[in-house]
Amino acid sequence: MTNGTKPADVKRRPDWAALVIAAVLAVIAGVMFWDVSRLSGAAGYSQVGPTTVPYAIAVCLLGLAVWTVFEAWRGDFPEREHQQLGPVFWIVAGLAAQMLLLKVAGFSIATGLLFAFTAAGFGQRKLWKTIPFGIVFAFAVWVVFSKLLQLSLPAGPLEHLFF
Amino acid sequence: MNTFEFLLQGLLIAAQPMNLLYALIGVTLGTAVGVLPGIGPALTVALLLPVTYQLDPAGSLIMFAGIYYGGMYGGSTTSILLNTPGESASIVTALEGNKMARAGRGGPALATAAIGSFVAGLIATLGLAFIAPYIVKMALIFGPREYFALMVLAFVTVSSAFGDSTLRGLTSLFVGLALAMIGIDQLSGQARLSFGIPDLLDGIEVTTLAVAMFAIGESLYIAAQGDRGPDKIEAVRGSVWMSATDWARSWKPWLRGTAIGFPIGAMPAGGAEIGTFLSYAAEKRLTKHPEEFGNGAIEGVAGPEAANNASAAGTLVPLLTLGLPTTATAAIMLAGFQQYGLQPGPLLFATNPQLVWGLIASLLIANLMLLVLNLPLIGLWVKLLSIPKPWLYAGIMLFATLGTIGANPSVFELGMLLAFGLLGYAMRVFGYPIAPVVVGLILGPLAEQQLRRALSISQGDLTTLVASPVALVLLLIAAAALIVPLILRARGRGQVLSQLAASED
Repeated sequence: MTNGTKPADVKRRPDWAALVIAAVLAVIAGVMFWDVSRLSGAAGYSQVGPTTVPYAIAVCLLGLAVWTVFEAWRGDFPEREHQQLGPVFWIVAGLAAQMLLLKVAGFSIATGLLFAFTAAGFGQRKLWKTIPFGIVFAFAVWVVFSKLLQLSLPAGPLEHLFF
Repeated sequence: MNTFEFLLQGLLIAAQPMNLLYALIGVTLGTAVGVLPGIGPALTVALLLPVTYQLDPAGSLIMFAGIYYGGMYGGSTTSILLNTPGESASIVTALEGNKMARAGRGGPALATAAIGSFVAGLIATLGLAFIAPYIVKMALIFGPREYFALMVLAFVTVSSAFGDSTLRGLTSLFVGLALAMIGIDQLSGQARLSFGIPDLLDGIEVTTLAVAMFAIGESLYIAAQGDRGPDKIEAVRGSVWMSATDWARSWKPWLRGTAIGFPIGAMPAGGAEIGTFLSYAAEKRLTKHPEEFGNGAIEGVAGPEAANNASAAGTLVPLLTLGLPTTATAAIMLAGFQQYGLQPGPLLFATNPQLVWGLIASLLIANLMLLVLNLPLIGLWVKLLSIPKPWLYAGIMLFATLGTIGANPSVFELGMLLAFGLLGYAMRVFGYPIAPVVVGLILGPLAEQQLRRALSISQGDLTTLVASPVALVLLLIAAAALIVPLILRARGRGQVLSQLAASED
């Protein structure tokens, strides 16, 4: 058990990412405790009320956070594969663009951008081709789902042009 | 009325032209989406849920049943021809099936998978029809504490009994349970964890969470792996028909697979994977051609595929009779019921028998349709497999967001979709299972209700939870399912368990 100070390469160092997970779990537990304390006094006459279960879950989450620290310290987490973050950013940007443009630009344009950005994340970077294609495809989907299946999908300038 | 009359009545409902059409659309969409690489039945059902929004409950559930069975069928095609199984329950099929396809016997492999699935689905659906009334009768004497114990058992088996870490399974489960607390408390009407945001008062939508975790999380994860070069699709050469020896070697594994898969699916004990592994092991031991195992033995496709479909029907037993989802797919189906205000369980059999029996009967019909649809159309499904990755995932993202926008076109809902997508991605990177989050979210409020009812009856006395023999036994089984794997893993015997891990289904 020579942790830390000895330059022992055989021992893995504490897994910092896993320690972050433990911290996040502890924070969630903390938020739940705070919320429960705000509700307290509401427990019914049998001492069982809306606070009982969140309290129990928060206690369990704290326990799991401690267990995670323990495993992180021992390096028990599995090896992680190398992650390329570029593609992840493309897709997240696509989702963010759709989220922000949906009300203004309507379903087809917003979702067309998501389509093109996702394709870019998977290596298809010719945006001048994929964006128009995505918009046309999303428009076709909009017609099917909103006109045939009566799903309420937000319409924008492009949709109003035709319907 | 007895089961037989109920089933006949159900068949009459399911055979109405509109319902037949819904079932046909369901199986076609289910197979088409299920065939796509990387998409399992859970995601298939979640993605296609919005298609059913505008139908009446009966039609929607019938379409749902078709989607569910179609997704299972589609997955086996992917694993035979591509060797990247779209669902964890098809991993075993890929072992022998892909070898057969490489040896130019892809046709018979697909045929034995399809016919085996049909046979298993038929027997298991009939099994469901005949067992369900007994479980319903039993469930009617269940009180809150028995239900609570049953749900605890489901929580344990879904999260920590299988997979490679008890810690990570339980963490996923409790993240799901914590998310389940958001919104208005159903018993007292108090808002919990909603931080004054009106969008959170209704709680978190199960479909939003499931689509985000499965579709967006998975897409992000695959994108982050970088370009690994195209996957090799095995062309289907030769006849799709099975020879006489193929039949002779297939029929026993079909029946054995069904016998293994159905009880495992029907128990509140997790997904279809376990049955497929057990069936594979059984076939390997019983075969007369041991030298073929590992090189494309038809028994190794026939048995596990039958087991896979039999347990898919089996998971409907706890879902329909007890309202207890034991897989992520079942959890999403439960969400599908809930959008019509229907709560599956013993009462649904009493209050809405046409619906339940129509659903069971349409499973039989969907099964038959799949057999007819699958063998001749195999070329079409193979074409779907060869969609290039950028277009495939762009399409998946489009349809993933479509469902959420259709249900609730708000920026906040899309923000949650993005946030849970990132959570799902992070969980995949660190090896956390996804299914427990979804099951925790949907089952959490139900378990809480039962627990609080039980404790209110006993005036806060916790010993009431173990005071009934049924509840005690269920809790003891749950404790064993938690502790035994911990010991196995601590002694280095965990590999078997992680092989049985339920990652997607």
